[in-house]
Amino acid sequence: MDSVLALFSDYTFQTVALGSALLGLISGVLGSFAVLRKQSLLGDGVSHSALPGVVMAFVLLGSKNTEVLLLGALLSGLLATLLIVGVVRHTRVKFDSALALVMSVFFGLGLVLLTYVQKIPNSNQAGLKRFIFGQASTLLQRDIVLMTICGLILLALVLLFWKEFKLFTFDADFAQSLGFSPKKLNLLLSFMIVLAIIIGLQTVGVILMSAMLITPAVAARQWTNKLWVMVTLSALLGAVSGIAGTAASSLVPKLPTGPAIVVCVSLIVIVSVLFSPGRGVLHRIYQQRKNRILYRLEGGGTDAPTS
Amino acid sequence: MLPQVEIQIIAVIVAVACALPGTFLVLRKMSMMSDSITHTILLGIVLAFFVTHDLSSPLLIAGAALMGVVTVWLTEMLSRTRLLAEDAAIGVVFPLLFSIAIILITRYAGSVHLDTDSVLLGELAFAPFDRMIIGGTDIGAKAIYTTGILLLINLAAIIIFFKELKVATFDPMLAAVLGFSPALVHYGLMTLVSLTTVGAFQAVGSVLVVAFMIGPPVTAYLLTDNLKHMLILSGIIGAVNGILGYQAAALLDVSIAGSMAVVTGLVFLLVFVFAPHRGLISSLLRRRKQKLEFAKMTLLFHLYNHADSEEEASECGVDTIPAQLHWESAYTVKMIRFLERDGYVQLLDGLAKLTENGRNASIQNYNALFSR
Repeated sequence: MDSVLALFSDYTFQTVALGSALLGLISGVLGSFAVLRKQSLLGDGVSHSALPGVVMAFVLLGSKNTEVLLLGALLSGLLATLLIVGVVRHTRVKFDSALALVMSVFFGLGLVLLTYVQKIPNSNQAGLKRFIFGQASTLLQRDIVLMTICGLILLALVLLFWKEFKLFTFDADFAQSLGFSPKKLNLLLSFMIVLAIIIGLQTVGVILMSAMLITPAVAARQWTNKLWVMVTLSALLGAVSGIAGTAASSLVPKLPTGPAIVVCVSLIVIVSVLFSPGRGVLHRIYQQRKNRILYRLEGGGTDAPTS
Repeated sequence: MLPQVEIQIIAVIVAVACALPGTFLVLRKMSMMSDSITHTILLGIVLAFFVTHDLSSPLLIAGAALMGVVTVWLTEMLSRTRLLAEDAAIGVVFPLLFSIAIILITRYAGSVHLDTDSVLLGELAFAPFDRMIIGGTDIGAKAIYTTGILLLINLAAIIIFFKELKVATFDPMLAAVLGFSPALVHYGLMTLVSLTTVGAFQAVGSVLVVAFMIGPPVTAYLLTDNLKHMLILSGIIGAVNGILGYQAAALLDVSIAGSMAVVTGLVFLLVFVFAPHRGLISSLLRRRKQKLEFAKMTLLFHLYNHADSEEEASECGVDTIPAQLHWESAYTVKMIRFLERDGYVQLLDGLAKLTENGRNASIQNYNALFSR
């Protein structure tokens, strides 16, 4: 218990935990929309696609400031999203194929640029790699400030366009018939999701960011049928697993933070899928048993179909 | 053999070996499963390593391939609960398995050379250093033989089970009715995909396996409607991507695998824009033409409905049509001019009148649309 108390008063831990919690909160909110719109894997695609932007920003502006690199990541993530949407709209290629293609090509471009940077004399690209695998322990106070600002903007936007997003997510055709432009809403929502992904990159890295985006939302979905409850719960679960993952990685030696967070949030999903009342797997098994017994009591034969 | 030539041979073999099962992934809308498998095989490798403590053991490959199938099975199990969509199931399963792998590596295998860099990024340039030596003589790079065997397995499986794969891909119901289990075909294909991924990732790195598996088939998908042609075309496109990618990488001295992925993207972009029938340009042109045809037909029907009636002046005047059809004036004038050129419409005192030809065309169009 003492070690836990000592941990929570530790400055580095506070910074990292705060960052992870913020990340979980933001991605929990926006992930809800991604999951409900069946674009769960967009996060995976965008986070891979951010790599060339990061390297380009470094080459062009010669700076390793988080803001600069994130700006590059944002631009190339957006470009990838637009390309995916464009390919799907104009050809018969499906969303998943377009996503897989664009993502891997962008990542390849990132690798090409990375090897190119390595040849430039006096350029230390060491800081770039952390975007691929993420290193929560390198989070600084200014990174937290940046995350907070972006997070507040995103949350404000979600509140501002709540009605529109809700309508658009569940019934895009109806939204269009009421005069909302689905094109613009789609763009805005995609932009916000991309922004959320980008600010999470340096904490958990390219590969695990997609988990941060969708896993809390999937877990929250199991407990409710109301959008605002789902979004709130998802934000909460994201934040809690952010803190729990950070704590676990600080208490256990040689436990990387990003993966620890992902394992935490995945455990929550497993529990949710199994135990959620009225919906979960266990409830369903119980219900089937009960139905079968009731059916027999009513005099039904055992050889009749039971499920 | 020169190392440059060897690298290109390996690249071509890997590209073709990936494109074959990739074609079915694209057609079955399971492209992202390849991304998932490329990540989770890391866990298979780590677990097999804990058993054997030998990095060159063939058990590592078996473990990796097995983990690919386990990934598919877990994803299916999760999505079959219907509590979450299939894409969400993929997105939950693979980060979890990947995280477990990373944790295991950092905690227990830190001293061994099993780093995530080499697995995820891969480096084709080093492939020729690993030689295949039989009886003291050097008979070429090892990767040529391992990937070659892989290609042969894929070719054989797809040729032998072509009919089954085809039916199960396009009509799973029919496949079930005809008596071969779609599930068996599905898992067979997934075993092939994970074997291929494992064989290819050492050469090109796991993220770029996705580019090789999905890129050429998607490109071919825009060029043909025939499954056999699509398979052959993806193989050719993959091989070309590999060679061009290597040349570009050699020229600019950058990552070979990365450059192959970029070439894959560029080739797709070219086909996407210029493909006959399915490309961007032809689809835009077709949409424009359809829009024009539709507008012409609308105008013809409108004129036909109101011809020689009392309200003709208010309905069919050049000045009144825009208000009736909610068109811009300029657009209306343009459409009337098109119809005039076709000989369907004449202008009389500012009124658009159907000619005999126009009347017949209206009736014909109407019958073509509604008399079924």
